[in-house]
Amino acid sequence: MKGSLPSRGVATLLGWGGSLTGILLFVALWEWGSLAYGSFLLPGPRDALAALAGLWQAGEAAGAIWATTWRAMLGFALAGLAGTALGLLAGMSRTLGRALEPVSTVLLGIPPIAWIVLAILWFGSGSMAAVYTVMATTLPVTFAGAQMGALTLDRRLQEMAEVFRLPPLMRFMDITLPHIVSYVFPALVTALGVAWKVAVMAELFATEDGIGAGLAMARVNLDTAAAMAWIVLVVALLLAAEHGLLRPLQRRMEPWRQAGRGGH
Amino acid sequence: MLRLESVGHVLGMSRIIDGIDLEIAPGESVCLVGPSGCGKTTLLRLAAGLMPPGEGRVLDDFHRSTMVFQEGRLLPWRRLLDNIALGLKALGVPRGERLSRARVLAEELGLGERLDHFPHELSGGMQQRVALARALAVDADLLLLDEPFSALDVGMRSEAQALLIDLLSRRGIAALLVTHDLTEALRLGHRVVVLSPSPARIVHEERISRPFAERDTAFLYEAAAALLRHPAVARSFLFHQDEEAVAS
Repeated sequence: MKGSLPSRGVATLLGWGGSLTGILLFVALWEWGSLAYGSFLLPGPRDALAALAGLWQAGEAAGAIWATTWRAMLGFALAGLAGTALGLLAGMSRTLGRALEPVSTVLLGIPPIAWIVLAILWFGSGSMAAVYTVMATTLPVTFAGAQMGALTLDRRLQEMAEVFRLPPLMRFMDITLPHIVSYVFPALVTALGVAWKVAVMAELFATEDGIGAGLAMARVNLDTAAAMAWIVLVVALLLAAEHGLLRPLQRRMEPWRQAGRGGH
Repeated sequence: MLRLESVGHVLGMSRIIDGIDLEIAPGESVCLVGPSGCGKTTLLRLAAGLMPPGEGRVLDDFHRSTMVFQEGRLLPWRRLLDNIALGLKALGVPRGERLSRARVLAEELGLGERLDHFPHELSGGMQQRVALARALAVDADLLLLDEPFSALDVGMRSEAQALLIDLLSRRGIAALLVTHDLTEALRLGHRVVVLSPSPARIVHEERISRPFAERDTAFLYEAAAALLRHPAVARSFLFHQDEEAVAS
């Protein structure tokens, strides 16, 4: 996609405009629903924002964000490391792959809520249970990504590397690694989304702070506006993590994935 | 000199190559033609030393041989220049020097405006030129080419063939090129070696004495027709449909 700078700018603006239209439409529907069903069942967007502002001023929001973030991130990081390592091994060794694959399928089939129950039984209520639940639910995702990456290594590129006598380290850095990263990265993005949601859910049952605990409190108080405020917060965090961290990182690490010619 | 001495190969239950004797002298261009699926690619891989032959010997005393594959086989995550410089990087040539050598080659092959493009941003013809440049970059004196132009459309193929002839003769590089297209073999080879349907056996050899520059379309068609008048060549190319039907 080539074009002059102004035309590209207009295209970008139109793209943003499209997204904005979608968001505004969603907010309008929300407002309409709130008018139709009453602000007790479905508080409008303004009520939610007001509740959010209230939570923020009370200092609850910042603490909750921090608690949820470090639980989600710790579980995500552990699962990312362990899942990627195991997945690579499983992709490289057929025997290990055959042994681990059903285990991964079973783990993937266990609903997160069951993990929370087990985690509370094993570790008691607290951060540990939430971190463990996040790890257990995201591990199969990263495992599958890494395994696919290792399984789909291109034999033809390996043969080319042989013809050009690439030394082993260069073969790994220039051929194997970029290929595997191209599979592991999307898996990590998916796992990150799961990590947030599961962390919030685990907190609902297992902890006394964090966004999930805030939701639990809102439920007890029948405070729908506060519940909405917490939901807005989770979504905002997820979007920030994905578009502020993972996507830019991917763009830096994998420029070859971008379809057209970027600027310069 | 690359010499194949009564080379044969069996893969699984089926014999693919049967008693091939072949020599390639420095600077000589030899084209192997044969019907699709006759074991040409396997023969090329044996010649490249990518696998040991089941029978016979492969002797290669060329200083350096490299290969151009049918589908480019560029690294999708490396820019054009880095792809060309891949073999130099493997040789331990420092980055600055290998990139400048790659740049010179890219200019020579008409890729000068795409130096920082990724392979998926290039046309098929350009990708194949990058693959060619990558093979030339390591100063090979023997090029092994596996149907390098078969994925290109007609106009681009002709252009790429002309480029190859020019590069080979200017640098005095020997080439062993595999193709299923008789006219391509007649255009690019000092010598055309015709293989039988599987298992591959040499059924005919023809030396083409006419200089590359004078091999126009009329000559190619006449020469192809003359070749096909040899019963053995005709059996390889014209009358194998029935056999294929029986085999499948």
